[in-house]
Amino acid sequence: MKKISKGLSALLLGLVASAALADVTLLNASYDVARDVYKDFNPLFQKHWKAKTGESVEIKQSHGGSTKQVRAVADGLEADVVTMNQANDIEFLADKGLVAKDWAKKFPNNASPYTSAMVFIVRKGNPKGIKDWSDLAAPGTQIIIPHPKNTGNGRNTYLSAWAWALRQPGGNDLKAQEFLGKLLKNAPLFAAGGRDATTTFMQRRMGDVLITFESEAEMIAKEFGKGEFEVVYPSLTMQTEFPVALVEKVVDKKGTRTQATAYLEYLWSKEGQENAAQNYLRPRDADILKKYSTFFPPVKTFTVDEVFGGANKAFATHFKDGGSFDQIYQSK
Amino acid sequence: MKSNRATQEPRWVRYGLLAVGLGFLFFFLGLPLVAVFVEALAQGVPLYVEALKEPETRSAIGLTIGIALAVLPFNIVFGVAAAWAIAKFEFRGKSVLITLIDLPFAVSPVVAGLVFILLFGAQGTFGPWLSEHEIKIIFAVPGMILATLFITFPFIARELIPLMQAQGKDEEEAAVSLGASGWQMFRRVTLPNIKWGLLYGVILANARAMGEFGAVSVVSGHIRGETNTLPLHVEILYNEYNAVGAFAAASILALLALVTLVAKTVVEWRMKKETEMLNTVLAPEKT
Amino acid sequence: MAAKTHRVLPGFGLALGYTLVYLSLLILLPLGGMVLKASELGFAQIIDIALGERSLAAFRVTFGASFLAAAVNAFFGLIVAWILVRYPFPGKRFVDALVDLPFALPTAVAGITLATLYAGNGWLGRFIEPLGIKVAYTPLGIVVALTFITLPFVVRTLQPVIEDIETEVEEAAASLGASRWQTFVKVIFPAIFPALLTGFALAFARAVGEYGSVIFIAGNLPLISEIVPLLIISKLEQYDVLGATALAVVMLALSFILLLAVNLLQWWSANRHKNSEPLEVAAARASGGAA
Repeated sequence: MKKISKGLSALLLGLVASAALADVTLLNASYDVARDVYKDFNPLFQKHWKAKTGESVEIKQSHGGSTKQVRAVADGLEADVVTMNQANDIEFLADKGLVAKDWAKKFPNNASPYTSAMVFIVRKGNPKGIKDWSDLAAPGTQIIIPHPKNTGNGRNTYLSAWAWALRQPGGNDLKAQEFLGKLLKNAPLFAAGGRDATTTFMQRRMGDVLITFESEAEMIAKEFGKGEFEVVYPSLTMQTEFPVALVEKVVDKKGTRTQATAYLEYLWSKEGQENAAQNYLRPRDADILKKYSTFFPPVKTFTVDEVFGGANKAFATHFKDGGSFDQIYQSK
Repeated sequence: MKSNRATQEPRWVRYGLLAVGLGFLFFFLGLPLVAVFVEALAQGVPLYVEALKEPETRSAIGLTIGIALAVLPFNIVFGVAAAWAIAKFEFRGKSVLITLIDLPFAVSPVVAGLVFILLFGAQGTFGPWLSEHEIKIIFAVPGMILATLFITFPFIARELIPLMQAQGKDEEEAAVSLGASGWQMFRRVTLPNIKWGLLYGVILANARAMGEFGAVSVVSGHIRGETNTLPLHVEILYNEYNAVGAFAAASILALLALVTLVAKTVVEWRMKKETEMLNTVLAPEKT
Repeated sequence: MAAKTHRVLPGFGLALGYTLVYLSLLILLPLGGMVLKASELGFAQIIDIALGERSLAAFRVTFGASFLAAAVNAFFGLIVAWILVRYPFPGKRFVDALVDLPFALPTAVAGITLATLYAGNGWLGRFIEPLGIKVAYTPLGIVVALTFITLPFVVRTLQPVIEDIETEVEEAAASLGASRWQTFVKVIFPAIFPALLTGFALAFARAVGEYGSVIFIAGNLPLISEIVPLLIISKLEQYDVLGATALAVVMLALSFILLLAVNLLQWWSANRHKNSEPLEVAAARASGGAA
């Protein structure tokens, strides 16, 4: 009841910028499935900061689709930091002058405190014997993926398959596009998002394989039970990054640069890295990665920078209107 | 009693229509509703209650109700005024005006939020001025109210126009010629006549205001505990693999829609009493 | 007569003035801003975006499915409104309240739920897929979702009008010897037709813009089950706000024309019904048909 009235009073205070009870308030604009990560991380940082400086920090969270979130920031959502799952989204903010041009160098590891990888989820016992990307393009296999052009998850899948095809003997862009054409023919639908793809595969029991983030597999186990599926690691897949950045314009205006920087840096601390691992995201810290090695079997990965020359370039070549994805459908 | 036969369909037609109508409602409304509750209760009642106890869910419920309450008065006044002008008077360009009123229905919710971003966003027409004066519209509650107003704009007017057109203006004219003031005429003649249409309009606008996702999602900023409405919260919970929480929150919205059941009953009861009174007043003139 | 009524009833100036101001501020200003934004692209380029192969297919799917959904709702909505007003049956109040559900349920929840119901292993899908009817992830699924989303429109616009029909007229028709069917066709239907058209038009308009529910059940395959709002989202995913507004403006213009046509037709039929056909005449005509 109290919360309901709080919601109502927030409404009444609508026009007034909400007065912070804490010394400092930070707003973290983040992608949609990151709530668990930051729900646990924020109290860790608050404790750390209080002990270090005596200052109490309130951290507000905003979650939504990655691109939608950065557009909101560009349109005036006053986020101090952005923690996203696509580098091109941060590039967009850099183009708008909200984020430093060299944001990737402001923090270690390409400004991505943890990573994940694209993996296959198959039905128990792997009845179709799916091992690698080539099996997904085989006739008679049904694949379940989110929309390859409109969702981050789908784009990662698309680029992973492309990179794998490039690295095959005699592989080139033309062959890769041909391979993607075959692979996409096996998709009976393009799901609205990652979660929708999972529901379609697990609950509606459509398709033979679902392609998604490694971290997602554990979420699926939580919801649908561990014995229902198996995880298959392909011979090569994308190391997906989760870049973070300071929104320069906002921290300067609000005077929160110190706290916001410390907040992001803390993601690389032992506690921050451990929290990532507990949420099934691969930590950058080698010791912690080792400690949780049961979660994270070794896998051969590539980064978008290595194969596609950067997130922006990859996006422009493949997912803009008229890009390789559209060409696959136009040529028909 | 004799009139009953004259104004009723043969028995087989009645049963046929009932079967078709209820069958349609069963497949298109009943089943989805049951499915929502089945999902919400999939892991038992305790978890359902637990899901609703979450503070963020409760603050979302408060915000959702608050926005609906803020929006309704505007829509009621506008709806009645527009319907009055359109249904009771002849003027040029009426069809164009009605079509303009309909327009928000035709605007994709995806775009309905965007138009306000284009106006009030940091890169928008009024953006720089607003940020200079520290006025927050977008990514705050005022923007969400605006978007909801936009989405629910036509409902009450659209509900009232055909009704008032069908009713004509004889009764009001009679009241005025008998010396009633404008307000008396409205209160005593028009309002009782349009009560159902008005009520349906309010119910629809209210349901839509509470359930709207697309437009609100664009202007809300999704700040937890602050600008997160129930439909937005449902999406986040679902994306986080908290299906029980998501469907529990959705079921609350369904229940809020069913609250209209109560509202309607109350209004029905009160109106009945009032029309009885009114009939005794207007009876001689009506014949 | 018509001229005199301007003076008899009060409040025309106030009501119309208020309507115009409110409409301008809340609807025309934002939409005008959008049109202005899109015009930065230039007319030729907007047409280019709208006439691409993918866009054309999407426009076909969107408007076709919306039309079908509105038609389904016009037919069943009339029956539902009729039984809700005229026939007593147990649980009527509950059923009546249920009609608003599609508005209150977030569209995404509706889409997810419908997809689950109609999927091959769903409550409905398991019975109809063996019959060769696939709903989930086909254009038919779009029609189902849109029918659900727009269901309240026809029912709720018809209900008050049916409630308002005075049974005396029906009695008069009957006493003059008209059969029940004749009374319906010649007396009742003309009276409710304008409202039915309104409901149809509103359902259609709303269906055209719908996004949230459709993407979960459509399948979203290019050229087959892609709707226009999905293309708008796709533009926004590319940070292409201009392209998105261009598509939105084209959609808006098409919807405006269609709505205007329906409203003119509705206005015309309402007038014809009201002016040239007082109910007594209609009653007499109905009975004349019987003779």
